Amino acid sequence: MRILLAALSFLVLFTLPAAAQDSPIQKLLQQHRDLIEQSSRRTIAPAIDALRDSGLPAAQVVLEKWQGKELWQRKADGLFFFAERIDAQTYRLVDIATGNETATAAKDEIEQLKPNSGIRGMIGAALVQFQLTDPDPARRADALNAISRDAEPAHLAALRASIGAETDPDLRARKERLERLLTISYDEDPAARIAAIQSFAGDLGVDARAALNPLVATTRAVVSGNPPAAENLARVLEPGSEALPKDEAYALLVAADLAPPRINRDDIRAALAANIQNGRVGSVPVAQLDTDAARERAYAELAEAGIVPATATEAQVAEALASHTFYERYAETDPEITAAAAAALDDIALKVGLNQAADLTLDALSLASIYFLAAIGLAVTFGVMGVINMAHGEFIMMGAYTGYVVQQLVPDYTLSILIALPLAFAITFGAGVAMERLVIRWLYNRPLETLLATFGISIALQQLAKNIFGTQARPLTSPDWLDGALVINDVVSISYIRIAIFVLALIFLGLFLFIMRKTRLGLEVRAVTQNPRMAASMGINPERINMLAFGLGSGIAGVAGVAIGLYAKVTSELGQDYIVQSFMTVVVGGVGNIWGTLLGATLIGFLQKGIEWLNPSNTLAAQTYMILFIILFIQFRPRGIIALRGRAAGD
Amino acid sequence: MKTLKTILAGAVAFGALALPAWAQDTIKVGVLHSLSGTMAISETTLKDTMLMLIEEQNKKGGVLGKQLEAVVVDPASDWPLFAEKARELLTVQDVDVMFGCWTSVSRKSVLPVIEELNGLLFYPVQYEGEESSRNVFYTGAAPNQQAIPATDYFLEELGVEKFALLGTDYVYPRTTNNILESYLKSKGIAEEDIFVNYTPFGHSDWSKIVSDVVALGADGKKVGVISTINGDANIGFYKELAAQGVSADDIPVVAFSVGEEELSGLDTTNLVGHLAAWNYFMSADTPENAAFIETWHAFIGDDARVTNDPMEAHYIGFNMWVNAVEQAGTTDVDAVREAMWGQEFPNLTGGTAVMGTNHHLSKPVLIGEILEDGQFDIISETDPVPGDAWTDFLPESAVLTSDWKDLECGMYNTETSSCVQIKSNY
Amino acid sequence: MRKSFVARNPSVLIFLALLGVFTLAVTVLGEGLGVGLISTSFVKTLGKTLCLCLVAIAMDLVWGYTGILSLGHFAFFGLGGYMIGMWLMYARTELIVAESLAQAEIPPTPDEIRDAIGTQIFGVVGGSDFPAVWTFAHSLPIQLALVVLVPGLLALVFGWLAFRSRVTGVYLSILTQAMTLALALYLFQNDSGLRGNNGLSGLQNLPGAADVPQSMVSIWFFWASAAALAIGYVVAAFVVSGKFGSVIRGIRDDEARVRFLGYSVEGYKLFVFTLTAVIAGIAGALYYPQAGIINPAEIAPIASIYLAVWVAIGGRGRLYGAVIGAAFVSLLSTWFTGGQVPDLPLGIYTVKWVDWWLVLLGFSFVLVTLFAPKGIGGLFDLLTGRHGPDRHGAALGPDQGSLREKEAEQ
Repeated sequence: MRILLAALSFLVLFTLPAAAQDSPIQKLLQQHRDLIEQSSRRTIAPAIDALRDSGLPAAQVVLEKWQGKELWQRKADGLFFFAERIDAQTYRLVDIATGNETATAAKDEIEQLKPNSGIRGMIGAALVQFQLTDPDPARRADALNAISRDAEPAHLAALRASIGAETDPDLRARKERLERLLTISYDEDPAARIAAIQSFAGDLGVDARAALNPLVATTRAVVSGNPPAAENLARVLEPGSEALPKDEAYALLVAADLAPPRINRDDIRAALAANIQNGRVGSVPVAQLDTDAARERAYAELAEAGIVPATATEAQVAEALASHTFYERYAETDPEITAAAAAALDDIALKVGLNQAADLTLDALSLASIYFLAAIGLAVTFGVMGVINMAHGEFIMMGAYTGYVVQQLVPDYTLSILIALPLAFAITFGAGVAMERLVIRWLYNRPLETLLATFGISIALQQLAKNIFGTQARPLTSPDWLDGALVINDVVSISYIRIAIFVLALIFLGLFLFIMRKTRLGLEVRAVTQNPRMAASMGINPERINMLAFGLGSGIAGVAGVAIGLYAKVTSELGQDYIVQSFMTVVVGGVGNIWGTLLGATLIGFLQKGIEWLNPSNTLAAQTYMILFIILFIQFRPRGIIALRGRAAGD
Repeated sequence: MKTLKTILAGAVAFGALALPAWAQDTIKVGVLHSLSGTMAISETTLKDTMLMLIEEQNKKGGVLGKQLEAVVVDPASDWPLFAEKARELLTVQDVDVMFGCWTSVSRKSVLPVIEELNGLLFYPVQYEGEESSRNVFYTGAAPNQQAIPATDYFLEELGVEKFALLGTDYVYPRTTNNILESYLKSKGIAEEDIFVNYTPFGHSDWSKIVSDVVALGADGKKVGVISTINGDANIGFYKELAAQGVSADDIPVVAFSVGEEELSGLDTTNLVGHLAAWNYFMSADTPENAAFIETWHAFIGDDARVTNDPMEAHYIGFNMWVNAVEQAGTTDVDAVREAMWGQEFPNLTGGTAVMGTNHHLSKPVLIGEILEDGQFDIISETDPVPGDAWTDFLPESAVLTSDWKDLECGMYNTETSSCVQIKSNY
Repeated sequence: MRKSFVARNPSVLIFLALLGVFTLAVTVLGEGLGVGLISTSFVKTLGKTLCLCLVAIAMDLVWGYTGILSLGHFAFFGLGGYMIGMWLMYARTELIVAESLAQAEIPPTPDEIRDAIGTQIFGVVGGSDFPAVWTFAHSLPIQLALVVLVPGLLALVFGWLAFRSRVTGVYLSILTQAMTLALALYLFQNDSGLRGNNGLSGLQNLPGAADVPQSMVSIWFFWASAAALAIGYVVAAFVVSGKFGSVIRGIRDDEARVRFLGYSVEGYKLFVFTLTAVIAGIAGALYYPQAGIINPAEIAPIASIYLAVWVAIGGRGRLYGAVIGAAFVSLLSTWFTGGQVPDLPLGIYTVKWVDWWLVLLGFSFVLVTLFAPKGIGGLFDLLTGRHGPDRHGAALGPDQGSLREKEAEQ
């Protein structure tokens, strides 16, 4: 019996791998084993094509698993398996042909195949023909994604064939759009292509432009005489014009072997160095070769003696340029198609331009709302009370860290944000009141010293945050419903988190106006702002009002901190990044007026985005010029955009 | 005057005697990493790594039979202070070797001091190259060990045809992007297909830049982003990428300054598939790495802490130095330098690192894809690449080479066969 | 009968004497000429501290005496450093390049030399062309003149714009802060031509003095810094001692009244602002060759705020107060961040001073502002038995410049 069992198990051990080895798909993979192990996009194509065209039932599954990094290879015999993790060290091996479990293996006996995203794209493209008609809509969507990323001519027919049977309206719309895009690139019939091109006139999609632009891409060329008639000529270029400077034109000639190259300074120097004889080059002593003129003279002598090639003179260059025609040609040979594509792109360009302006406006509005949110608390303390609070940025930071701590305790992101917002307000309100009571109220008559004392608090708070939370940035993650962006079209989009900040800024504007205009507290704050002594004699306690106003301003900073932490980062230096901008916002807007702060934030936001748009490769320059503008602006409106008038202006 | 001198000298000698006797039997190792200021975020970890390595070495019996003693100073992310502290370490504390610096500017600040005083510095961070100092061993990656292989990967494996080079505005991104621009042009990428943008440190408003990058795809070419964005700014950048739904399959981003440490401040679910190029990833599956991580967790007392590439660089650099000292039988800088050339030590990722005579390591280049748990999945590993001090892709430096053994020069012009300068450019 | 300048300013003589003794002591104890008890790095630290004292005097003039809280004086300090740094870099590189090119077979043209210097200087930041700001970098006299002219001109233009439109008080502080931030951001850009974030480095190596050891160079710079501080102190004492000094103090206490008395307030302010900018520029030009590197982070707004902190802690409105504050706080800061201060075990928690020093500084600064507005200099008043009015009371008159209740009682 025992012997029988042993024999059986021996048999099982032996036959199963043998079966695995024998399946046609395993054979196919083994055939391409080298390529698969090499795992490079440049060489992998035959393996993927063979699987795709094999007609084997398991091909689709194998390709999908391979794409999903679920295909493993046993080191001992090189066979491929699907593997499932049992625990950290053991894996269950599944036969790729049958899907049956075959064996288990220790982790170091097998190796995972890790196709890079280039290969995954190719596998995706190969899977298209299987997936386009797959009953699972998610797979069909995958196929469409694959087509839009790596389209191949063969996809066109498969796509057309699948449209009729498509039941999902969204997918059907996508398929139809993709069909038109592929028609532009791959259809044989020019009329169909032109029709497809024209259907995209005014379309904002990046994919449409991506399909159209290659049609109108041009290359430069040069011939002596007229351009060949067979080519689709874009335009003739005049050497020396802006489109084709003379140097570039001559370089084209040299590249086309139509003219001898010019000899540059380095070549001259090397030629001279190679021909030094008795301390002289030609008749020129080496010691005198420290000017370009002397070097050219020496080189000319060498050229005359036939030792080095003569340089092309200006006259020769001019003649060569004049005797040739320079032009740009389209890669696409059909002029009707290029004309249609150019017309469609012209149409698109105008709309894209308008939409870009809209997008820029949205960005600017969003930036303005962030600045506004950061500055609104400062507008209360600085504007209303005339107190400079350099620690304002640290209150923003405290708010952000509050958000982080709450998120550590309450794992639900939505709930934690809902808790963090009021909690941040409460904590920074408390901190603000404490600071006002302990420090600021002693310094109301010394505004410059308030500035310095609050600065002292600022550096202490910052370092405290570092000591408590460490120097690493802390994660503050927004809830799922704030992930992603509101996409209006491929040009205009804005992330939900920015919309949320915008809404928050509006809420605080409303809240602030309500408190100031409609509540007793607001009335008293305004009274104390205008004339504390008169207010005091009317029975208002200015100390209490100052304390509450300061707390309010700090509390708003805390809430702003949660919002800013959500969209950027939470570090101890978070506040510093916003403090100067916040001051600018308040000062530019005009002290003591919430509308001024709003205008100031808007101005700064739009200005910064505007300068960034003018100089897209250097964001730092945008910030520099914005500050310079603000410095100049204050020269002309020292009291800001909205200046208080009359008695309230005070001094 | 002379008597005064004697009295004072006597006082000094007395002061020295008062020091604990064991102080003279130790080998001092200077640790020059910022513990406060903006760079503390990255450098504090390296200080801890050094303390751990020194502690481990002492457990093994130290070096040359003596215990190692760490001298930690805080240059506070203040670049002039790096020079001052380096001088202090070398002249007042008399350290035998220093491990330190992160930013290029801090290294440039320290260079003249250590070259003047003939000190020894191990620099663990990937950097822009264009330098080979007599007194520095560069254990981080030179551009040809990180940037160029990553760009090759983009060109060949991902088929990227249009590049966005985004960087923080300082020397490493500037020089790296310069090298990459001329490299890409040599690979036939047209100038208009290379978009370059520089942002300030800690930049947070990324929406427009990310939209600009997305819009690059309008001419039908595959777009890839090469990011040399530094530190905190990455958080806002990746958050914006995620918000705008930029998938790694559409627009892959490869970063040279984003490692496990940076990702720990982020939710990476939406970033899966974006790339980073380093010489080390924590996910490397080797017994050495597992042991290293275990020691690190035990030392720091926190199992959640990650390891990263500069830590491995210190690990290799420190061990090589220990071996070189044992080999030379002294801590004398010149003897150790000579023993360092050709020094070999196993990488944590497998294989062996070799120190070249140009003071750069030969290491494999890894490319990893970001995973949901903030780790990297290593999808590509090259053979070891020797670090090249002077890049071959800029005309001025293509003619330069560095060889401290035979040429005895770190900036040797092969065209004129002469040494441009013995000291470094700073 | 007017008393002589010295008689009106007894502190000048005492200060000069102390500075002289200090300089002599450091020279004797230093490594360069003396017995080597003080390390070269500490001599450099002391030399730098003297420069900081000089810029603190400038800050005291503009804030303590004239009442303009400038949060941008480190911009001028940095500009002075940049100006001298350009020459130091250029001249040092020129020597290296000349030596290297001399080995070539063909003698170099002037253009080639310039290109090679450009490559050496800007190669590390990925460039090679000389920007226009380096036009005069080859000439020491011109760059020395620029040390004074550039900060002076910037202060003149900025001050003229600001004072003309009567920007005062906290607005002016914010504006000066914006100025230094704008300048720092501008210099951070590589395109500005001053090597961006890397700044100018290797400044401690004097061109043509490669053989002189740093121990000697550090003493030279220490002497130069001491001399500059002495001259600066005397000039500042002179400025604040006469009628001019009375006017600027008047401006500090009540600008409007001085204006109504017929003084050109703007002119006085502009003069003080520009003069202090020039002093700051000179201090910077002496500081950075000792530090070895200058880069834009040096002129970030925080640096100028620290300057105000030093002056406030030392005691505003007295020149020696500024000197004491700058020396005391900056040396203390060096000591604390140097890691040499022993940790303070508190049972459950050990205070590491590297981590807690800034917290201590921040809070002690608040305390000084609240309880000792006269700073450390106030201790001298205790010694001499001088009492100042307590300004905690409310104003007697209609506005903030008026006498306070407590003063009136005395």
